[in-house]
Amino acid sequence: MLLFLEQCLNGLQLGLLLFLLAAGLTLIFGIMDLVNLAHGSFYMIGAYFCATFTLLTGDFVLSAALAFAATLLVGMAVEVIAIRRLYGRDHLDHVLGTFGLILFFNEAVRLIWGPAGMNVPLPAWLNTSFKILPGVDYPTYRIAIILVTLAVALFMYVLVMRTKIGMLIRAGATNREMVSALGVNINLLYTLVFGLGAALAGLAGLMQAPILTVQIGMGENILILAFVVIIIGGIGSIRGAFIAAIMVGLIDTVGRGFLPDILALLLNPRSASSISPAMSSMLIYLLMAAVLVVRPEGLMPVSRR
Amino acid sequence: MIRLLTPRNVVLAVLLAFLVLLPVYAAVFAKPFVVTLFTRIVILAMAAVSLNLIMGYGGMVSFGHAAYIGIGGYIVGILAQEGVLSGFVQWPLALLGSAFTALIIGVLCLRTRGVYFIMITLAFAQLLYYVAIGLDRYGGDDGLTVYTRSEFAAPLDLSNKTQFYYVCLVLLFAVIGLVWRIVNSRFGLVVQGARSNDLRMQAIGFPTFRYKLTCFVIAGTICGLAGALLANHTEFISPAVMHWTRSGDLIVMVVLGGMGSLFGPVVGAVALLVLEEALSGITEYWQIILGPLLLLVVLFARGGIVGLLSLGRAP
Amino acid sequence: MRKTLLAAGAAILLAAGAAQAQQTSIKIGFVSTFSGPTAVIGNDMRNSFELALDHMGRKMGGLPVEVIYEDDQQKPEVGKQKTEKLLQSDKVDFITGYIWSNVLLASLKPVIDSKTFLIGANAGPSQIAGQLCSPYFFSASWEADQTPAAVGLYMNKKGVKTVFMIGPNYAAGKDMLNGLRSTFAGKIVGEEYTKWPDQLDFSAELSKVRAANPDAVYVFYPGAAGVQFLNQYAQAGLKDKIPLYTVYTIDSLSLPRQGDLALGVPGAQEWVNDLPNAANKKFVADFKAKHKAYPSFYGAQSYDAANLIASAVAAVKGDVSKKDEMRAEMKKANFASVRGSFKYGNNQFPIQNFYIQEATKDADGMLTLKTVETAVKDDQDKQASKCPMN
Repeated sequence: MLLFLEQCLNGLQLGLLLFLLAAGLTLIFGIMDLVNLAHGSFYMIGAYFCATFTLLTGDFVLSAALAFAATLLVGMAVEVIAIRRLYGRDHLDHVLGTFGLILFFNEAVRLIWGPAGMNVPLPAWLNTSFKILPGVDYPTYRIAIILVTLAVALFMYVLVMRTKIGMLIRAGATNREMVSALGVNINLLYTLVFGLGAALAGLAGLMQAPILTVQIGMGENILILAFVVIIIGGIGSIRGAFIAAIMVGLIDTVGRGFLPDILALLLNPRSASSISPAMSSMLIYLLMAAVLVVRPEGLMPVSRR
Repeated sequence: MIRLLTPRNVVLAVLLAFLVLLPVYAAVFAKPFVVTLFTRIVILAMAAVSLNLIMGYGGMVSFGHAAYIGIGGYIVGILAQEGVLSGFVQWPLALLGSAFTALIIGVLCLRTRGVYFIMITLAFAQLLYYVAIGLDRYGGDDGLTVYTRSEFAAPLDLSNKTQFYYVCLVLLFAVIGLVWRIVNSRFGLVVQGARSNDLRMQAIGFPTFRYKLTCFVIAGTICGLAGALLANHTEFISPAVMHWTRSGDLIVMVVLGGMGSLFGPVVGAVALLVLEEALSGITEYWQIILGPLLLLVVLFARGGIVGLLSLGRAP
Repeated sequence: MRKTLLAAGAAILLAAGAAQAQQTSIKIGFVSTFSGPTAVIGNDMRNSFELALDHMGRKMGGLPVEVIYEDDQQKPEVGKQKTEKLLQSDKVDFITGYIWSNVLLASLKPVIDSKTFLIGANAGPSQIAGQLCSPYFFSASWEADQTPAAVGLYMNKKGVKTVFMIGPNYAAGKDMLNGLRSTFAGKIVGEEYTKWPDQLDFSAELSKVRAANPDAVYVFYPGAAGVQFLNQYAQAGLKDKIPLYTVYTIDSLSLPRQGDLALGVPGAQEWVNDLPNAANKKFVADFKAKHKAYPSFYGAQSYDAANLIASAVAAVKGDVSKKDEMRAEMKKANFASVRGSFKYGNNQFPIQNFYIQEATKDADGMLTLKTVETAVKDDQDKQASKCPMN
């Protein structure tokens, strides 16, 4: 039972991290109708920035904040230079153009930081474990991730639902032309939204960095999961992204945790162990396929004019 | 006659002549590696031609097309592992397997449109990728070595590099011929019509879903053949050939060469793979050029290389 | 003008490939990983191989040596492609390197088909020691099962009754975990395989360890994964509760990043930095002087591979077409190995000692490894009987 609880916490943590990625992605898609395959590159860039800043300053939290800001700036720059020429075009053009950006970013990172990958060491106060229940020592850092992402989720909710900018974002998602006709500087809005999405992706990347290593192409695998999340949740809907992200995170982790045991009843442990990561990954795609067959627009689609 | 000597036609003719005479060139200049390289190019060109059928002509952007390479390849590999070495058994089964998979995926995916179609084809490709990884008996993630190539009747010996190259080339031309027939037939016109306006075609009375599905299955089958050839060529098959980034590579070949043109995918495959081979000898960071190049092609040269060559032609 | 561009350009680029070499040098292809987080291993191997060449004056059998390094990106299909390029395009006389067993297994066929010698400088999967053995393959490292067997004997000695095993899901991972079974006398209460090389988050597996509460945990995680594992083991609060036994998880490369977390965690190897023979002392001292770090066992094996090749080339005085003579010479293992002298078995894998090692600090405070005891002497791998060669 305690094991199950631990796995659920792990799943929650993965889900929240996915939410960070998916939120940015769904915003960009919902508002600018842009398929951004290069979103995973911002995840990678955020992690690399954090690794470098930690090397320079020695302070992880400060580096995290700096990396967040740096990714925001890079995101806005990319929007101005490359992305804005893709608006209004066919989705295929977006896919191809941003696929080209992925290649570019991977090589650019390799040029600047070298091919070997980097490490982000955690400060001692985060590198401990915390007794959340008797017998369950959960790593402090993962609790920190959960808390931070929940805070960001709350902040996003407040931003989108309760502020003027949020209102503009929601309006832009439902009727772009009208917002522009009302005199809002739509270009600036787009740049900010894109930058924010990129920064969120970077935040997810830098938070994962101490647990996994920082390496080239690290964003590609998780990008697919993020796309699955926004498709399940409904494109343009942050609430949908949140629910879908938690679902996907839990299914992936709990599946990875318990599927081998279930399969081990049928097969030997080695086969069970090698098939189960594949099978639990398949579960997520099966879920997406099922959702699309039943509700082709996702669970909570944003209705569009 | 002079009108036929357009830049596009001349380039294509030279390219085709080069492909046909390649083994001669390799023998004269003692460069056997060239045959290996171009066999791979020809096989991937076949896959790109099949993708062009649904993407360029049919408007169905499948981000999971590389999955069929995997299916064709794995069927050959698994049969070889289990002792079934006859090409007469392996290859038809590979085609059937790919056709069947394309049928199922098509039925489920073709109800969606736009980016949803892109994503759901990607999802199914990833699904198959993970199935391949789970194939513990056949190597799983590490891949499967194909110790013996498909056996046909003598004197056809696929382990002879030159013979194998010509088999692939002949099959490529056959596939292009097939695509030409399809595209210029009534069936093909309906599919192209559905690409530009699906509702209108339906209003006229065509069951576009069935047409698109048939097209999708044909494309998947051709791609499965490419997979069977690839498994023979590299004597190795692994889940990596089915990864979504490989599907991305195929899309790049089609777009770079010229979407919706008959020889475009071949030009694209040659251009991309030769560029890759040549540039990686000069600098390791060649993708830093390829990435923005792709973006530029998307923005300014939508017709790809063939499109550029056709500029200035009288309409 | 445009009409000639494509065809001519392609032809020129292809013709610009390497011209065919006369036998004026010895060409060696070296396939390893030089990108991604495990690039440190490839670099260590390259540095050690280069040091060996320097020590022999960069000549073998009187001819200058040319090494072509290729990056396999830790992927079997890339490794295979690079191997084929080295064989067909660069026409190398020997191929060596290969960190990863899956890359080696995928690349084996083209090398054997072309009758080129492959000197495995790290990977030694059980299949190649057994039914896939070939007269063209020599191992300069070890066979996968041997090291876990050594650890198993040590664990028995330490009174471990139950163990939980965790390892990566690829050929070597399966060999390392399975190998423990051959000598460990206790009960295996858990066996978990993680996705390789992507999965670096071991939270799910560590939760299971906590639930199973074994006497000890046994792991195999090479390279960066080893660093992550030790970190997370400590983060999960298990480090002081359940003792950890490892193979190839703690080595000179991962030690600087693992830091004090690695102290007191035993592992087994066929080579340790402090082995007392003359060749090793020279190797370690010169390596440390040049690179300001200790070499790893990956490097030691690469150093031996270079010397093995050199012994063969010297025996035929540079005429590498005399393959049978070279093979006969290599079978004698007639060179000064950094692990002391060893013999070759019928499957052309070494019969050698295995040592238990632990992390410690040297006189300058640098982390290094020291020999704790000899786990087993002149150990031959169990696959040799499956190999039809004699």
